[in-house]
Amino acid sequence: MGSYVPATAAERREMLQAIGMNSEKELYSDVPASMLLDKPLNIPSGMSELEVRAKVEAMAAKNRVYETVLRGAGAYDHYIPSIVKYIPAKEEFLTAYTPYQAEMSQGILQSIFEYQTMICQLTGMDVSNASVYDGATAAAEAAAMCRDRKRTVTLVSATVHPDTINTIRTYCFGTNHELRVVPCKDGRTDPEALKEMLTPDVASMIVQSPNFFGQIEDAKALGEIVHAAKAQYILSFNPISLAILATPKECGADIAVGEGQPLGLPMAWGGPYLGIMTASSRMMRKLPGRIVGETTDDAGNRAYVLSLQAREQHIRREKASSNICSNEALCALTAGLYLATVGPDGLRQVAKQSMAKAHYLADALCAIPGVSLKYSGPFFHEFVTVLPKRDEVLSALDKAGILGGLPVEDGVLWCATEKVTKAQLDKAVAIVKEVLA
Amino acid sequence: MKLIFEKSISGRKSSLLPACDVPEVELDAAYQRQSELPLPELCETDVSRHYTQLCQRVHGVNCGFYPLGSCTMKYNPRINEEMAALPGFTAIHPLAPKASTEGCREVYETAARYLCEISGMDGMTFQPAAGAHGEFTGVMLIKQYHVSRGDTARTKIIVPDSAHGTNPATAAMCGFEVVNIASAPNGCVDLEALKAVLGPDVAGLMLTNPNTVGIFDENILEITRLVHECGGLCYYDGANLNAVMGVVRPGDMGFDCIHMNLHKTFSTPHGGGGPGAGAVGCKEFLKKFLPKSVLMEEAGHIQVRMFEGNFLVVVRALTYLMTLGKEGVPEAAINAVLNANYLMRKIQGTFEPAFDRTCMHEFVLDLSEFKKETGVSALDVAKSLIDRGMHPPTMYFPLIVHEALMLEPTETESKQTLDEAAEIFRDLYKLAFTDPEYMHAAPHHAQIGRPDEVKAARNPILRWEQA
Amino acid sequence: MTYPNELLYTKSHEWLKETDGVAEIGISEFAQDALGDVVFINLPEVGDEVVAGEAFGDVESVKAVSDLQSPVSGIVCEINEELIDAPEMLNSDPYGAWIIRVKDVTDKEELMDADAYEAFCAEEG
Repeated sequence: MGSYVPATAAERREMLQAIGMNSEKELYSDVPASMLLDKPLNIPSGMSELEVRAKVEAMAAKNRVYETVLRGAGAYDHYIPSIVKYIPAKEEFLTAYTPYQAEMSQGILQSIFEYQTMICQLTGMDVSNASVYDGATAAAEAAAMCRDRKRTVTLVSATVHPDTINTIRTYCFGTNHELRVVPCKDGRTDPEALKEMLTPDVASMIVQSPNFFGQIEDAKALGEIVHAAKAQYILSFNPISLAILATPKECGADIAVGEGQPLGLPMAWGGPYLGIMTASSRMMRKLPGRIVGETTDDAGNRAYVLSLQAREQHIRREKASSNICSNEALCALTAGLYLATVGPDGLRQVAKQSMAKAHYLADALCAIPGVSLKYSGPFFHEFVTVLPKRDEVLSALDKAGILGGLPVEDGVLWCATEKVTKAQLDKAVAIVKEVLA
Repeated sequence: MKLIFEKSISGRKSSLLPACDVPEVELDAAYQRQSELPLPELCETDVSRHYTQLCQRVHGVNCGFYPLGSCTMKYNPRINEEMAALPGFTAIHPLAPKASTEGCREVYETAARYLCEISGMDGMTFQPAAGAHGEFTGVMLIKQYHVSRGDTARTKIIVPDSAHGTNPATAAMCGFEVVNIASAPNGCVDLEALKAVLGPDVAGLMLTNPNTVGIFDENILEITRLVHECGGLCYYDGANLNAVMGVVRPGDMGFDCIHMNLHKTFSTPHGGGGPGAGAVGCKEFLKKFLPKSVLMEEAGHIQVRMFEGNFLVVVRALTYLMTLGKEGVPEAAINAVLNANYLMRKIQGTFEPAFDRTCMHEFVLDLSEFKKETGVSALDVAKSLIDRGMHPPTMYFPLIVHEALMLEPTETESKQTLDEAAEIFRDLYKLAFTDPEYMHAAPHHAQIGRPDEVKAARNPILRWEQA
Repeated sequence: MTYPNELLYTKSHEWLKETDGVAEIGISEFAQDALGDVVFINLPEVGDEVVAGEAFGDVESVKAVSDLQSPVSGIVCEINEELIDAPEMLNSDPYGAWIIRVKDVTDKEELMDADAYEAFCAEEG
C-alpha cells in the first residue's frame, strides 16, 4: 500500500504516549462506538506508485486523442506554449493556499495583480477580480450583481452557450429570481424581441459574442437598447477574439465575463477552466471573489494584499453576494503567463489565424453541394453549416482521426484554431466531399 | 520586484507560430477592436525569469510547514501531477463522442466508487469546482427535494455560529433564510437551541463534524434525528473529513448529502487558491436532483457550471485514493488526529487550547488571556511565525473563540517537524513577555513588512497603469 | 469617549438628531471605535424608504462589516455624499459626519438619552 505518513510505528507509539494514550482508538473516544466502522472500507487495497501509474495510464489510454480537432462549442484546442505548461507546475505556485498572509505570498499576489491588469488591458474594462470557476458561473454571478429590490428579472440571449444558460437558470432558481430567454433570429439576438422584453423589472441582459453559433453579435447596438431601458449590460466574450474584435468596453458593457480556457489551458474534458470577471469601476464593490490591491508596507515599499475583503463570505456571511472562496487561481496564473508569453503581437496572430482557418474551412465545405452556412452574419472561428448525411460524415472524419464539428439542432457547429494546418483542413474537406459524393 | 509591465520592451517577442498558410480574412470595421492592445512585450527568457522570481516569493506546503487550520495543507505528491498531465486526459474535448472518452468516464466512475464508500453516500457528482460550490450544489439538492414535494413552506436553513462563512452565504444563495444557532460552551451544537428553532419551516441543517473547533460532536445521531423528525434534511460540510475518513462515515451519522474538498482531503494541490473540486455525494432519494451538463449529458437538471467539472483535479484525487486504498485512507485520518493532539499537547503550558480535551485533526488556541498579560495579539504571534519560516495558522477563526489561532498539522508532517514547530511556539511565548514590541512589529525578515490594508481598501489600486 | 447630550441613541450604536421634522442619523464614537478604520460605506439613495429597526446601509472596515440600522421610519431626503470619498470622517468626527437625513418620519424606535447610552456602552464595553 501507498502512504504519505512519515511517522514510523515506533514514533507513533512514542507520540501516543506523549499525549497519554495507549492506542489509536482512544483518539476517537468522542465518536459513539456504534458509529465507528467495524470493517475495512470496501475499496481496493492501496498500491505502490509504480502500480498506480500503470492503472491510471491505462485509463488515459482508453481515451482517443484526435490528430485534428474541428470542434469548439466552449472548449478550444489552441496551441499551448511549452513555458505555459512548465511554470504553473512549480511547487511553490502549485502547493500554496490562498495568499492570506501577504508577507509570505507576494509572488502569488503580484501574479494575480498582473493577471487583473492584463485582463483589463484585454477587455478595456476598469477592474477584474482574481477569477471565478468558469465562464458560466461568471455570467451567473454577474447577473446576481445586477439584481436589486426593484429590478429582479434577468434576460439572456438564446444564442448564449446552452450550459451557461442552464447555469444561470440554476443560480436564479436558487435565489428565486426569474430568467427570461430572448429569442434569436438568423443565429443572432433578435433586437426587436429584446426591446419588447426590457420591462422595468429587468435588471440585466446577458449577450455572448461571438455567440454559441460562432456569430459575432451586434454587441454595441444591443448594449444601447439595454441601456435605454436602464438595465445593465453583461457581455460574455472569448478572450482570444478580443485581440481583433471590439472590446466589451467599446461595446458599452457594464460587466464583461468570459471563459478563460483558450488562454493556455488544455481542454481536459471540461476542466479546470477559468471564469474571467470584469466590471466598470462603478460596480467594483459588487464583484464577487478575491481581488488583489496595491498598497505599501510599513517601510513604504510597494506591496500587494487581498483587498476589499468586506465583500466576501468570510466577513459578510449570509449577506455576501456570493459564497465563493477557492477560485481558479492557478488557472488565472496560467492565463496571465500565456498572455505575457504570446504578447500583443502573438495574440493577434492566434486570433487572426484562427479566424482565417475557420473561414477557409467554411468556404471549402460550402463549395460541396448540399453544404451551406446556416446563418448569414459575420463569424470569428466557429460557424454552423447545414450538412446532409451528418452522422455518416462525422463518423468518416472520426475514422480518419478528425474530431468533426458538433451536431447542433439540424446543423453542425464547426471550429478551427491556429493549430490546424491547411493540409489538415484539406484532408477533412476531402473526406466530407467523398461521403457526400 | 518589478511588475511584468515594467519589464516590457516595445517590439520584443517569442517565436511560437508559423506564418498563416491560408488567406487572411478582413473583419468588417464595425466589429474591429479600436483601442490598442497594451499587453506586455517580452521574450521567453524574460517571462521565465519573471515567474521564477515570483515563485521564490511564495510559500507552498511542499516548501515547508503550513498548519493553516481548516485548510488541510497536506503534502501534494508529484505522481498526481504527472497523471493529470497525461495527454490522454489533457487533450480530450469535453464534447467528444462518448466512445472516445471511456477513460475519462472510468476516472469519474472509479473516483465515485471510492468516495461513495468513504462518505457513506449512494450518488456522486464532480461538477462543483470548489468546496463552496459543492455546498451550493448540496443545498440545491435539498431545495429541489422540498420543491418536488410541494413543500414550499420550508424557507430556513440552520447554521451553527461556529460555521465557516461559506455556509450562511450558501444558504442565502439558495434562497433560504439563515437561522444561526449559538454553540454550547464545549463548541458543539446546543441541542436545546436546535430544538427551539426546528419546525415545519426548516428545510435543513448545514453542519461540519468534526466541527470548526476540531471536536467531534458526540450528539451527532441525535442532531440528525431531530432534524429529520421535523422534515428537514442534513447537509454535511466535508471541510473536516480528513479527521474521520475510513473511521466513521457521514452517511452513518445521518447526513443526506455532503461535499468533499478533493483539494484538501484528497491531496490535490491548492494552487494558490484553486482550482479545487467539490465532489457532492447524496443518498439514493436525492440522486435524481444531481446536476448535469445540458451539452455533455442531458437537459432537465440543475447545472452549476459548464461541462462536468474540474476533471484534472479528480484525476489527481483518484491517483491519491488508489495509492492509499482501504488501509491508507484511515491511516491518514488517524495520523492527522494523532499529529494534532501531539502538537497541541507539546504547545500546551504556554499557549492554551480553547478546549482542553482530545481534539480531532485540528485545534484552536485561545490567546485572549495571553494578550491581556502581554499585549501581544494572535496577529502578532502569526506574523512572528513568518520570521521563523513557518506559515501561520488560521487567525481569528472560528468567531466563537477570541484571539484564536487554529492549527491543522495534517498527517504528512513528521514528529521532527512538529517538535520544531512546538519549540518555535514556546520561544515566541517567552519572547512576548520580554520583548512584546519586537512582536508587534513582526515580521522583520519577510518579503515585506506589514502591509497597509486600510490604504488598500480606501483607495483601491487594482491594476497597473502606465505612468 | 463622548456622548453629546443633544443626541438620542440606539442599542445598535446609531445616533439621531431631529430638527424641524427631519431626522439626521450617524454612528456613535463607541461604534466607530469598535469598527476600527472605516474604509467604505454603502448608502441608500435619496427617495428610498427606511424602516425603524431595519438596515439602511452598512459600513466596512478592513476585516468587518456592520449594518446601519435606522432608528426611524421615513423617506431618505439627503445622503452625506462626502462620506463616499472620505469614509474616514466617520472615525475622525463621528458626531459631525451625519450619514442620512430622513423626512416624513412615521415611526420611531425606543431610544436612549446620552446618560442611558453611556451606561449601556459601559456594559457592552
